[in-house]
Amino acid sequence: MKQFDVLVVGGGHAGSEAAAASSRMGASTALVTIKTSDLGIMSCNPAIGGLGKGHLVREIDALDGIMARSADEAGIQFRLLNRKKGPAVQGPRVQADRLLYQQSIKRALKSIQNLSIIEGEVVDLLGPEGEVKGIILADGSQIFAKSTVITTGTFLRGRVHIGQDSYSAGRMGARPSLKLAEKIEDFGLKLGRLKTGTPPRLNGKSINWDGLESQPGDAEPTMFSFLSEKPTARQISCSITFTNEKTHEIIEKNITKSAMYGGHIDGVGPRYCPSIEDKIVRFRDKNSHQVFLEPEGLSVDTIYPNGISTSLPEQIQEEYVRSIKGLEKAEILQPGYAIEYDYVDPRSLSPTLAVEGVSGLYLAGQINGTTGYEEAAAQGLVAGLNASASALEAHPIIFSRSNSYIGVMIDDLTSKGVSEPYRMFTSRAEFRLSLRADNADQRLTPLGIKLGCVSSLREEVFLNKSNKIAKCNKILSEKEFTPNQLIAQGISVSQDGNKRNLKQILAFPNVTFDNITGFDNRLMAIEKDIRQQVHRDALYSNYIDRQKKDIDAVKRDEAIKIPLSFDYQSMSGLSNELKNKLLTQRPLNIAQASRVEGMTPAALFLILSKVKQGHQQTKVG
Amino acid sequence: MADTIYALATSQGRAGVAVVRISGPEAFTSLKSLCINFNISPRKSKLCDLYTDEGLHLDRALVIPFKGPQSFTGEDVVELHLHGSIAVIQKTLETLSKLPNLRQALPGEFTRRAFTNEKLDLAEIEGLADLIEAETEAQRVQALQVLSGKLGQRVQEWRSMIIKAMAFIEVTIDFADEEVPTDISKDVLLILTNIIKDLEYESESTKVAERIRSGFEVAIVGKPNVGKSSLLNALSGREAALTSEEAGTTRDIIEVRMDLGGLPVTMMDTAGLRDTDNLIENKGISKAIEKANSADLVIVLTEDGEIPIEIQNSSVLKFVSKCDDGELADGVSAFTGYGLDNMISSIKRKLEKRVQNQGLATRYRHREAIDSAVNKIQMAKKFVKDGPSFYDLAAEELRQTTYTLDELFGKVDVENVLDEIFSSFCLGK
Repeated sequence: MKQFDVLVVGGGHAGSEAAAASSRMGASTALVTIKTSDLGIMSCNPAIGGLGKGHLVREIDALDGIMARSADEAGIQFRLLNRKKGPAVQGPRVQADRLLYQQSIKRALKSIQNLSIIEGEVVDLLGPEGEVKGIILADGSQIFAKSTVITTGTFLRGRVHIGQDSYSAGRMGARPSLKLAEKIEDFGLKLGRLKTGTPPRLNGKSINWDGLESQPGDAEPTMFSFLSEKPTARQISCSITFTNEKTHEIIEKNITKSAMYGGHIDGVGPRYCPSIEDKIVRFRDKNSHQVFLEPEGLSVDTIYPNGISTSLPEQIQEEYVRSIKGLEKAEILQPGYAIEYDYVDPRSLSPTLAVEGVSGLYLAGQINGTTGYEEAAAQGLVAGLNASASALEAHPIIFSRSNSYIGVMIDDLTSKGVSEPYRMFTSRAEFRLSLRADNADQRLTPLGIKLGCVSSLREEVFLNKSNKIAKCNKILSEKEFTPNQLIAQGISVSQDGNKRNLKQILAFPNVTFDNITGFDNRLMAIEKDIRQQVHRDALYSNYIDRQKKDIDAVKRDEAIKIPLSFDYQSMSGLSNELKNKLLTQRPLNIAQASRVEGMTPAALFLILSKVKQGHQQTKVG
Repeated sequence: MADTIYALATSQGRAGVAVVRISGPEAFTSLKSLCINFNISPRKSKLCDLYTDEGLHLDRALVIPFKGPQSFTGEDVVELHLHGSIAVIQKTLETLSKLPNLRQALPGEFTRRAFTNEKLDLAEIEGLADLIEAETEAQRVQALQVLSGKLGQRVQEWRSMIIKAMAFIEVTIDFADEEVPTDISKDVLLILTNIIKDLEYESESTKVAERIRSGFEVAIVGKPNVGKSSLLNALSGREAALTSEEAGTTRDIIEVRMDLGGLPVTMMDTAGLRDTDNLIENKGISKAIEKANSADLVIVLTEDGEIPIEIQNSSVLKFVSKCDDGELADGVSAFTGYGLDNMISSIKRKLEKRVQNQGLATRYRHREAIDSAVNKIQMAKKFVKDGPSFYDLAAEELRQTTYTLDELFGKVDVENVLDEIFSSFCLGK
């Protein structure tokens, strides 16, 4: 009989990160996947990061996850988005070589000593009702574990649509795990249906690249991992082309043949990633849409035309693709398709991503209604950490909205649920100015060190950097200068008689670090990355002080738990409308309750007092 | 560290003494800015002269500081026992609002702090829950009143304008890689300028409204010659209104301000209601009806017991006039004074209910929220003008604005902003 602490089902981005995290925590872990060769596969566009998503990748890295380093290793075009905007909203993005990425993930997973990788189809879960104690594979073998993490993506009743045709499937060419789906349904979890689409893949050799606008990577690439220095793969450019009136005419003429417009799909699609059909129907006044031609790798000719995902029949796809400049003779290697799938309403999960009411079971990734590799990997990390913490009888590991995008996502999912595939945006983070990609290590690596889930190398690098930052900050706040002294050094400041220290000077919008090195010789020796970090902290310091108050309030309220059995019904001070919302949303703590729509301070106080009352009574009883 | 909060701790309206309570880390500092020679030991009371930030004399008040944790909230607390005039209370609250790090307390916030600092026992909490229940209901009613009227419509407009401005900024941030407009400053500045104009107007008019209406309006209506003016005179104890035997004497509205058991009341004598061809008298009558329907309370004076159908006010008290012999329970007589005391206490009871429901402080809080929102929107405007590298700060100011206006607007969630983004821009590369 095989017995592990933690079992992870699925080898995508969530599964890989979950298995790696669980192993780093010291739990004996097994990753079970249908096809070992598919580990770390990028089923959609081979790009990682972006706005909000890049923040997630940095946070995964801060806890020593594997996604960031593999993305750096596989990166063939690095771009920092929003480079000209404030550092809080800059997001690193990389175009990755699909093959290099997969190889890197496989290498990372295989190098982990206490992780076993098992190939097989999971058909059933072991354990009495309300409990999961392991899995049964298609060949009948049983594997036992204290915690099981399921990360099977779109495999729950997945259905692919191309034009009028449709068939059951996960990704194209992958078997759907129907039996496991039935088993998950047996837990009585609420399911919803979503859809997403992909564009046709093109043969790069059949594209006429001349005359297309080229989009090169950054001259100074921004890496994901705090441990990476520079790209290792050869760097390339992407190209941009545009749809035109002819393209739109073809699509419009054939719109009824689209699976989506032919009424074959019930799932809800993401509004931020519409199909080309959707774009043309909804924004009729636009007669051109941009299409990014993104290479899938250095060693293959496949091109991912980002911007024209579709569920039209194959021959129509060819017709409209060939109406686009540069694609006149484009050869379609694989047609675009829409995929519909079930997701589990994430409101049935706790912030550890454990399924409420089923002990030993965790869900992570697209199965929870999210989209994107980064969102999946971040959930994998949370589920992996908690599955192992539970197996090793340690405390649950909860992320807060005030310390990470991971916390924002988990809270959004488990308290608000989803109505379309959930994607991270920086605007979802109310503490955006503090939760930056550049300070992810400052925010989370200390937690990682405490949990024991980061390597000694990372710990050393982190502590070294933190010391340097602290030293620099000390120099900056040591001395104060009069307006006259500042003006003498070329810094424009009002003659208000107030003395200022250098940290305050650095917060001025037009002051750079170089402008202040003249005030103290020791500043000359400060390294570039430390300068940058300190400057960014200074830039937002006023806002961060303001936000700190709000963050403290959130932390205080998050600490006051509301029991699941809390009786709202008998509270006469709450309106019926609010009662119903509270009953369906079941906030876990006062912070979540305060975000329920229609909540008033008085009603919140009422809940708070009943909660405290309950605590006191249980103490007595 | 927590904010320092303040609020009127005693009930609204005119009273002998009004207590303003300040609680939080800056409570003692704030007292230093109010009275020049602040030097009082905790838990000792002292008579102090209080001044505004401009050096104007506010009031001579009894001041008691409490050092935390030995106070109601467990924090540093200062109690100002003021003379109970509405003007003094208002000016004091206004002066406090201008101090840094001070803000008006939210409903129940003092109690919440007391509770958080474990200054309340179980029985007290239960008692409070009942109290808050009542307050919740009052708030709900008030929110409905605000949102159903004309103000409600405007509030909805501001809300959607703010969401629109946020969407414009956020789309350039979160969808920088897509085909979205890169220069949104013109659109955003236009929206923000309009909101500021509206909010400033609203803030101004709240101020005016408060000053005019620092008392309740009570309209006396009835048929001609029923004795309305005589009643007013009897109530006010002086010849404030002209009285005569001739029907239709009072054509304009005569107002007398008086104090009814501590409540400020503007008593209004109106033209008698009857059909007439006299143009001027007709004007007076329609004015009377208008006033009666907008007043806080209507006193219908009759001889035959009927209420004129024109009166559409939900708050009506009916009395039978000229009851000189004192035979009727709801009778009054301006001549003998019979029933006047009963009338006064009935009016008082009705109005007191109003005081509990919608008070000066609520409106004052709204005004304060609006003023603070205007400041934040001004900052946002500045950042938008400074260019895309400051859009993150502009967005932050607008986010804070929505928090400030939460109570007026209802919550603005990021989903509202995303909805606006997805419906206005073609996204998804």
